[in-house]
Amino acid sequence: MFGDQFVTAAAITASVLFILSLGGLSGQESAKRAVWYGIVGMALAVVFTVFGPGIDNFAFLLIAMAVGAAAGAVVAKRVEMTEMPQLVAALHSFVGLAAVFVGLNAEMERLRVAGALREAGIACEGAISAIACAVNAGQPDLFKEFQGFAYKVATKIPSEIAFLKIEVVLGIFIGAVTFTGSVIAFGKLAGKVDGKPFQLPGGHMLNAGAAFASLLLAVIYMVYGGMFPLILITILALFIGYHLIMGIGGADMPVVVSMLNSYSGWAAAAIGFTLSNDLLIVTGALVGSSGAILSYIMCKAMNRAFVSVILGGFGGASGPQMAVEGEQIAIDADGVAAALEDADSVIIIPGYGMAVAQAQQNVAELTRRLRAKGKTVRFAIHPVAGRLPGHMNVLLAEAKVPYDIVLEMDEINEDFPETDVAIVIGSNDIVNPAAQDDPNSPIAGMPVLECWKAKQVFVSKRGQGTGYSGIENPLFYKENTRMFYGDAKASVGELLNRIS
Amino acid sequence: MKIGTPKEVETGEARVAMTPDSARQLQKLGYDCIIQSGAGEAAGFSDALYEEAGVQVVKTADTLWKNADVVAKVRPPREAEVKKMREGQLLISFFYPASNEALMKQAADLGASVIAMDMVPRISRAQKMDALSSMANIAGYRAVIEAGNNFGRFFTGQVTAAGKVPPAKVLVVGAGVAGLAAIGTSTSLGAITYAFDVRPEVAEQVESMGAEFVYLDFEEEQQDGAATGGYASVSSPEFREAQLKKFRELAPDMDIVITTALIPNREAPELWTEDMVKAMKPGSVIVDLAAERGGNCKMTVKDEKIVTDNGVTIVGYTDFPSRMAAQSSTLYSTNIRHMMTDLTPEKDGTVNHNMEDDVIRGATIAHAKAVTFPPPPPKVQAIAAQKKEKPKELTPEEKKAKEAAAFKAQTKSQITMLAIGGALMALLGLVAPPSFMQHFIVFVLSCFIGFQVIWNVSHSLHTPLMAVTNAISGIIVLGAVLQIGSSNGIVVFLSTIAVLVATINIVGGFLVTRRMLAMFQKS
Repeated sequence: MFGDQFVTAAAITASVLFILSLGGLSGQESAKRAVWYGIVGMALAVVFTVFGPGIDNFAFLLIAMAVGAAAGAVVAKRVEMTEMPQLVAALHSFVGLAAVFVGLNAEMERLRVAGALREAGIACEGAISAIACAVNAGQPDLFKEFQGFAYKVATKIPSEIAFLKIEVVLGIFIGAVTFTGSVIAFGKLAGKVDGKPFQLPGGHMLNAGAAFASLLLAVIYMVYGGMFPLILITILALFIGYHLIMGIGGADMPVVVSMLNSYSGWAAAAIGFTLSNDLLIVTGALVGSSGAILSYIMCKAMNRAFVSVILGGFGGASGPQMAVEGEQIAIDADGVAAALEDADSVIIIPGYGMAVAQAQQNVAELTRRLRAKGKTVRFAIHPVAGRLPGHMNVLLAEAKVPYDIVLEMDEINEDFPETDVAIVIGSNDIVNPAAQDDPNSPIAGMPVLECWKAKQVFVSKRGQGTGYSGIENPLFYKENTRMFYGDAKASVGELLNRIS
Repeated sequence: MKIGTPKEVETGEARVAMTPDSARQLQKLGYDCIIQSGAGEAAGFSDALYEEAGVQVVKTADTLWKNADVVAKVRPPREAEVKKMREGQLLISFFYPASNEALMKQAADLGASVIAMDMVPRISRAQKMDALSSMANIAGYRAVIEAGNNFGRFFTGQVTAAGKVPPAKVLVVGAGVAGLAAIGTSTSLGAITYAFDVRPEVAEQVESMGAEFVYLDFEEEQQDGAATGGYASVSSPEFREAQLKKFRELAPDMDIVITTALIPNREAPELWTEDMVKAMKPGSVIVDLAAERGGNCKMTVKDEKIVTDNGVTIVGYTDFPSRMAAQSSTLYSTNIRHMMTDLTPEKDGTVNHNMEDDVIRGATIAHAKAVTFPPPPPKVQAIAAQKKEKPKELTPEEKKAKEAAAFKAQTKSQITMLAIGGALMALLGLVAPPSFMQHFIVFVLSCFIGFQVIWNVSHSLHTPLMAVTNAISGIIVLGAVLQIGSSNGIVVFLSTIAVLVATINIVGGFLVTRRMLAMFQKS
């Protein structure tokens, strides 16, 4: 058994290790080391807490941990890289669920402490803790049986109990929103829930109403305490999470997933306050700010306000949009292959369509063959390509595309004019020139990859439809653009048959 | 329906409006193709090749005109040919309706329809059938080749064992389609190429082809090509003077001059005057692509090559495309094929002469017993109008002032934020117990550390970042661990579930992060 100070020492070490583990992600090589810092930090924190003071019921604890670890290991091993967005969303939901349970438990323990006092017939007056009351009343052994968190509650003075209640409400509310929100996000990403925005009649008024009702219930809870208002708040928060995320379309998922990432952190931090556990607070704050920054980066990359993404739907056009002039000209695999044979420099722009079609292996093979012929082949990644921040990078890494030829938008955007061939695979809005040319376009001002400046552009696309935002893409009508229709995997496969 | 192509009657015309390749494509549209025997001979396409492509070969022009519902030709029809036309028949060829009004009237009276390939509007949708452009492209290329043929030196500079050869200097006047093709050919042969055009917006295109754009010192609102459908228009006398002055300056240096300046429906402007020709070195070559319309140089003799007294060769041929009949027939027949594709939206082998269509309406000069020339202006503009307003260049002082103002505003907003934050903290301190404030310090500092650290994370590692934050947010397991020792059954039950799901997070998150990071390989 470790004493309190040992547990705190472990917590400090773990906090530092977590910070180093996040900091190490600044580069691919240091990241491989950094993940070990995280693992060691987590092991230290868990081991020292488990063997710390006031822990009991080891049988349940060990079984739960063993089952959880086994399930986690299996999932981590089996998951396809294209399914990463779903996995991340699912893991967020677990954090939310745990936060709700821990919050509800905290209230139950508080009620138990208050109940014990009442049973013993002790009236507690003044700003002193339950234990002090019991000692004053001559029953110092009243809380002897209480362990862990319940004992901690018994040591709290009334003002601390009041803050505890606020923290519990916050923890449960954020946790519940995170839980249903992540479950819906998981469903949408996995295709189990329709990706189109859906709202119950009443729309965001329903959410606002539910939030307001939760606030009222929170006040009731603050005054009277008890499980009933807390459970009601949980239900309302579960509804808000569900309804909020149902109203957001599939392509906005990068923002949603980062936002839920952030929420899961804030939920953990709130629970940390409840339990007076600094390690939980530090970790929660780190995760919370990480998610917030990711959401910010994603919104910036779409040139949209965070609120407008979360409230769903694109802002309406502010005037007549430019008419698209020209026609989409199709090309077959022979034409693309011939152009690739002639090209010296090629830039490939992957999007969600590549992930959907599972085309990354073929794309990687094409890249290898072209590079073997001495051509410069690079990838241009828009920050919101795919359904998760950095999704494309992981897919390409999985297909063994070296990361040093996978570049960010800002690094490569200026190189398009010197590029012979740009290949757009399954992306649409992120290569839409209307964002720059048409001030009335709904995506006006969004930073886009300027692939149309390349000498020739090939767009691999399933059909002639518009993208997620429903905006016409003038790129497809440009003189130097050729449409390479068909499933991305099959299309690139065709190219492989022609390029050895 | 049947599409037929007769042999060109114009002497020296080697092009043909249908090639075996285009015939195959036309058959895919549902048409039957017929051709007059020997029509493709001069362009290198024998009757046998046509037969192989499924084209019916007929002996005489008369049979052809009689059998074909659609006749595709290169040159404008002669009167005799128009007489062979009948009601409902469609003729597709160059026509130059402005100078062939009588023939146009005659065809319209017969009830035949005529589509003039030279009248295809210059909009991007119609580029694939813009025969003037495809022919101009060939003319530009051939002009350089013709010039090289008459020029006694290399284009490219060389240092040989036998001495140094300076590169030829080529000036291309007029950077339209032909001009740009000439520039491209000339630079790829290695000559130092200069180019001039009255439309300054083409400077970028010229420079992209590797030539140097000749700018004039001339202060006037320069003309906007967009207003005239992408063609040049007449310039003011002052501008012309400035232009001639510049040419006079360049003339002694230039070895080859290729002039391509044409203004729609006008005589070619005189740009290369006699004194410029006199100023050129002996052996220099001028190729005047405007010879058909009187020439940009007045000494040009149409369809002939002359040598001036000071030894300058002036080429005035007007049949450059015909001199490359195989190439120009291929392109022209493709233009025709695209026109037929637009005329046959159903791909059922019948012509749907849709006069609502901008392109078809613009090119049609006779239809349903009426002359339909000139066409109404097209609904869409050919090229985007020039952007007039340019963002004003800021002087260094203004820039400095702007930066200072921005800095001031930033400081102000930061101080306001800090003041509000500080006030909120003070309020919180009024009510919160000391233990809470201690934890709160930890929280605020962690947020700051989090922001600093996460900003440095590479964009490509955002997915691993999310996975690792998933794993460490599983730290919530500690909360459940602290509660699992409770003597309340429900608390134990909920804690156990919480431990389980949080452990999934920890293990799953870390393992998947490791798996992902291991995949990132350097080349």
